[in-house]
Amino acid sequence: MADIPVDAPQHCPGTTSDQAGKTSACQGCPNQNICSSGAAKAPDPAIDEIKVKLATVKHKILVLSGKGGVGKSTFSAHLAHALARDETKEVALLDVDICGPSIPKIMGLEGEQVHQSGSGWSPVYVEDNLAVMSIGFLLSSPDDAVIWRGPKKNGMIKQFLRDVDWSELDFLIVDTPPGTSDEHLSIVQYLGGAGIDGAVIITTPQEVSLQDVRKEIGFCQKVKLPIIGVVENMSGFVCPRCKNTSQIFPPTTGGAERMCEELNLPLLGKVPLDPRIGRSCDEGKSFLSEVPDSSAAVAYGSIVQKIKDYCTSHTTSGEKSE
Amino acid sequence: MLRVCRPEVHQCETGWVPVYADAQQTLALMSIGFLLEHPDEAVVWRGPKKTALIGQFVSDVAWGELDVLLVDTPPGTSDEHLAVLENLRKHRVDGAVLVTTPQAVSTGDVRREITFCKKTGVRILGLVENMSGFVCPHCSECSNIFSKGGGEELAKLTESEFLGSVPLDPLLTRSLEEGTDFLQAFPESATFSAINAIATTLLSRLQDD
Repeated sequence: MADIPVDAPQHCPGTTSDQAGKTSACQGCPNQNICSSGAAKAPDPAIDEIKVKLATVKHKILVLSGKGGVGKSTFSAHLAHALARDETKEVALLDVDICGPSIPKIMGLEGEQVHQSGSGWSPVYVEDNLAVMSIGFLLSSPDDAVIWRGPKKNGMIKQFLRDVDWSELDFLIVDTPPGTSDEHLSIVQYLGGAGIDGAVIITTPQEVSLQDVRKEIGFCQKVKLPIIGVVENMSGFVCPRCKNTSQIFPPTTGGAERMCEELNLPLLGKVPLDPRIGRSCDEGKSFLSEVPDSSAAVAYGSIVQKIKDYCTSHTTSGEKSE
Repeated sequence: MLRVCRPEVHQCETGWVPVYADAQQTLALMSIGFLLEHPDEAVVWRGPKKTALIGQFVSDVAWGELDVLLVDTPPGTSDEHLAVLENLRKHRVDGAVLVTTPQAVSTGDVRREITFCKKTGVRILGLVENMSGFVCPHCSECSNIFSKGGGEELAKLTESEFLGSVPLDPLLTRSLEEGTDFLQAFPESATFSAINAIATTLLSRLQDD
């Protein structure tokens, strides 16, 4: 299983197994004593540290998708912008896509650096009440590749949660890479103690994308992560000249709507394709304030409202402990 | 996408038998999707397990005689990418084709992928700009939904070869959904000629070696 270190001896029972440190395969392993003492079985102390650190964060929302390129980061960024419109709310956006951090660009923060202070790393602020953290801020050039395997990525995510000076927050939005692997397991594990309100799942209308989303939903169920709802992105395109709608990514199996009915999940809304969304992201501006009256911005508005409503009706364990 | 929904992978003396997409057995496929009991099952694995399976796909599948082995990868520069390279190294990798969409948010990540290729010593065969423009089927107006030209610009900037642009085409997405062969179904379309031209360039590059 996953708790067998890569460099473990053959037939290693796994560090969290009852047999850890006690089987014949453990003889001669330099970590035998640690394993047999049961120390490896104990949960990572960071989980509790993170729980304490994030006790002042009211709502934590994950943004997930099965496929890449369906608009997770775009959605996360705009969700953050929309929530931060209310000046009384403190919002933070954490990018845990370690190998493909797009959030700095979308938020117009490329080239920014993280500063160290007594209370930890300071996030980068877009506005007074909107903080952003991404591995992109730790890289020296836009060409820098982060060629890391799982364990190193997990360490980074732990640091983002434990060592960043988030201070008091109303919303922490976590943008994830596609898939169901290290980053996702880690974020759910580390935030487990602090409590996650739920996940928003982004998909495009085609079956090829929905197939992966069903896997993502399966993941949420496996790790007992509540699902706030599904957003169908890139849902139809209205030609700016003739105003006819084209289904560029055709919902051949009924799209997210059908899937949500089948799986009994709330569909938060559909966001149409709009060239201005991509352009705003490239320029690091908020599409919602650039073109507030577009149908995509209206769709965003109603989705964000539903997420807010969800959050107010669900109190997290972090709040209860206050 | 290739209409081989729920086949079973069989074992033979030389290993796992790949799934064939056509009767002539010219196109062999292997995917973890074939090994799952249920299509919606999530594969919640951390890196080391993924690395092990990739090793098996390379060494334990009875690929037989092949002219070209194409490896489709997930986004990023992590476990899967390192594992594929490690396992294929002894078989020599001809190179990598990088796919981007035109907007800067996407080319930004591809820049990192180029650095990955350089650091790991993988030759870059070229760059493809996908989802490049959309021609409205009603009025023929071309909308650049995800901007335009970013791929070509990136190729220039990084001195890589630009292989071509493929437009957004609902016919293409639809045929992927249905698992029909787009190249056979729509030989007249502009998308077809774009993909075909890229494939031809790539093949000739491979033959030059």
